Amino acid sequence: MARKLMKGNEAIAAAAINAGCRFFFGYPITPQNEIPEYMSRELPKIGGTYVQAESEVAAINMVYGAAGAGARVLTSSSSPGISLMQEGISYIAGAELPCVLVNVMRAGPGLGGVQPAQADYFQATKGGGHGDYRVIVLAPANLQEAVDLTQLAFDLADKYRNPVMVLADGMIGQLMEPVELSPYQPAAGLPAKDWATTGTSHSGGRRRIINSLYLYPDELEKHVRAIFRKYDEVERTEVRFELLDCEDADIVIVAYGTTSRIARSAIDKCRRLGLRVGLLRPITLYPFPFAAFEQVMGRARSFLVVEMSMGQMLDDVKIAVAGRRPIAFYGRTGGIVPTPEEVVKQVQEIAGGRVA
Amino acid sequence: MKVVYEKSPGLTDVPMHYCPGCTHGIIHKLVAETLVELDVLGRAVVVAPVGCAVFAYDYFNCDAQEAAHGRAPAVATGIKRVHPDNIVFTYQGDGDLASIGMGEIVHAAMRGENITVVFVNNAIYGMTGGQMAPTTLVGQPTTTSPTGRSRIGQGAPLRVCEMLATIEATTYIARVSVHTIPRLNAAKRAIKKAFQLQLENKGFSLVEVLSTCPTNWGLSPVDALRWVEQNMIPIYPLGVYKDVEGGT
Amino acid sequence: MPEVIFAENLCKGCELCITVCPTKILKLDTTRVNSRGYFPAIIYNLAECSGCGSCAKICPDSVITVHR
Repeated sequence: MARKLMKGNEAIAAAAINAGCRFFFGYPITPQNEIPEYMSRELPKIGGTYVQAESEVAAINMVYGAAGAGARVLTSSSSPGISLMQEGISYIAGAELPCVLVNVMRAGPGLGGVQPAQADYFQATKGGGHGDYRVIVLAPANLQEAVDLTQLAFDLADKYRNPVMVLADGMIGQLMEPVELSPYQPAAGLPAKDWATTGTSHSGGRRRIINSLYLYPDELEKHVRAIFRKYDEVERTEVRFELLDCEDADIVIVAYGTTSRIARSAIDKCRRLGLRVGLLRPITLYPFPFAAFEQVMGRARSFLVVEMSMGQMLDDVKIAVAGRRPIAFYGRTGGIVPTPEEVVKQVQEIAGGRVA
Repeated sequence: MKVVYEKSPGLTDVPMHYCPGCTHGIIHKLVAETLVELDVLGRAVVVAPVGCAVFAYDYFNCDAQEAAHGRAPAVATGIKRVHPDNIVFTYQGDGDLASIGMGEIVHAAMRGENITVVFVNNAIYGMTGGQMAPTTLVGQPTTTSPTGRSRIGQGAPLRVCEMLATIEATTYIARVSVHTIPRLNAAKRAIKKAFQLQLENKGFSLVEVLSTCPTNWGLSPVDALRWVEQNMIPIYPLGVYKDVEGGT
Repeated sequence: MPEVIFAENLCKGCELCITVCPTKILKLDTTRVNSRGYFPAIIYNLAECSGCGSCAKICPDSVITVHR
């Protein structure tokens, strides 16, 4: 397929269909409505199914049922709706089901605003729902990456039997950029879904049960530990990040998603001002790219975390840096998108000896 | 000698954990027998609730998914949309369906999802120890209505069949009981009709079964059956509330 | 005469079968308990059994099998 100018939300939906997703259950919420709308138009054309659920609570439970029946299934929402889905996501992780979730982040807390934000990082990476589990979280910074990561998400979900989230923000959802949807093949070696509830006549009489209830504590512990062995493998093998201009950088900006692009522009300006600044861009937020920090630690003198939040990824950066270098933070919230000039000013203050 | 009655192969060998005389056991049997008689056991999927029947996946001899509290109709929607040839049914109590799950049941009915819902109404929350349910009767004492459900402040019971029957895309809605053999036989006919309709892709069906909770009602199992007759049926009249097909 | 078999160790002594028996030939055997600790239901007068199967139908635990 040639490159096509698409809106981010639509590109993500198209990517899901390209990856073999034929089932979408969701509910409208700004700023991601183009995803359900696109799915409602396109899925019936190819024999897929679009269901507009009565709420995000219902939607995530439809996802659970469909995933448990063996399908590749997508849901999407924005921050408040993702809050509603947390119970369901916990159940999906506990029942070891694959699914892809898209969060087009908006400003919070509460009803908040509809403009972009990055204030769901904690919710996405640290649980959100109850109990011990993780969601694999992929953070695209542009629309082609959103397409590629959405397709990757389906493979990772099937490989690990776990929910995978594409964490975008309202900017990514609403931007229009050229994207290319190449012919898609599922990753090699994905396990067969021989656990899916398709009826005992398909399994030679063996009953299949999708469940997360384990009332005997020793069984539940065993179950959770087994799930965490999956996460160990995820942390070993699925980390993705990008380093830009860090080879000689005194100050390393840490940013993801839309903010990383603003950081790029800021870095250009800083370099022209003679400041040696680089970018460490996590692409997987879980698993967090701790290894990336080891790569830059030799050269970097300080870090500047920039987020559209009051500081959430900041905590993981602190863990990664482990006190070895000073960490500054610059955040905007309320739906405000920082300008490159603001970031340049922060860098200048750090370079001038004042770490914010 | 021929068999008059034997345990249905639609049930597993797992002994049921229900209290002595609890009608869950009877209702499980009626559903299990129906699945066998319609020859759909091999493509049935039960969606288990949260409630006393949370272990339904251990008792029905078919595939199963455990749902979050109240969400079974949404889970069933997901399964049925992926595999329309599966016979998908939910089995829910009065907290699961009429309290936390009210949104999901109304909307599954609204969409006319081609699923079957078995609604077990015993006017109380059994598993959690006897709290008030949306279907608790006015004046009925429970652990959260210790002086009896009060019309002021706690309202009056929800009549699920009557409510859902107003939803256009439903196909079959019936209320039955199992407290006598004739009522039990009629309950089975209603359940069978409901599953038959799904088999024929005719749409959404729900059978509400008035049930007992001897433990939390504080009655013997036999007295609990009488309580259904004397106290529940006047409030929840038995009958067919919607039957698009006719001929019940 | 009908054949009625009780899977006695599944019985919970709920007495529902006793209630529905038309010939009133069921009772709890209060001289002993089964492996679950309940008085099991038994037929004490099989000669009067009509083989209707009502007891088996209403038993929540599928304890009773009836042949006729």
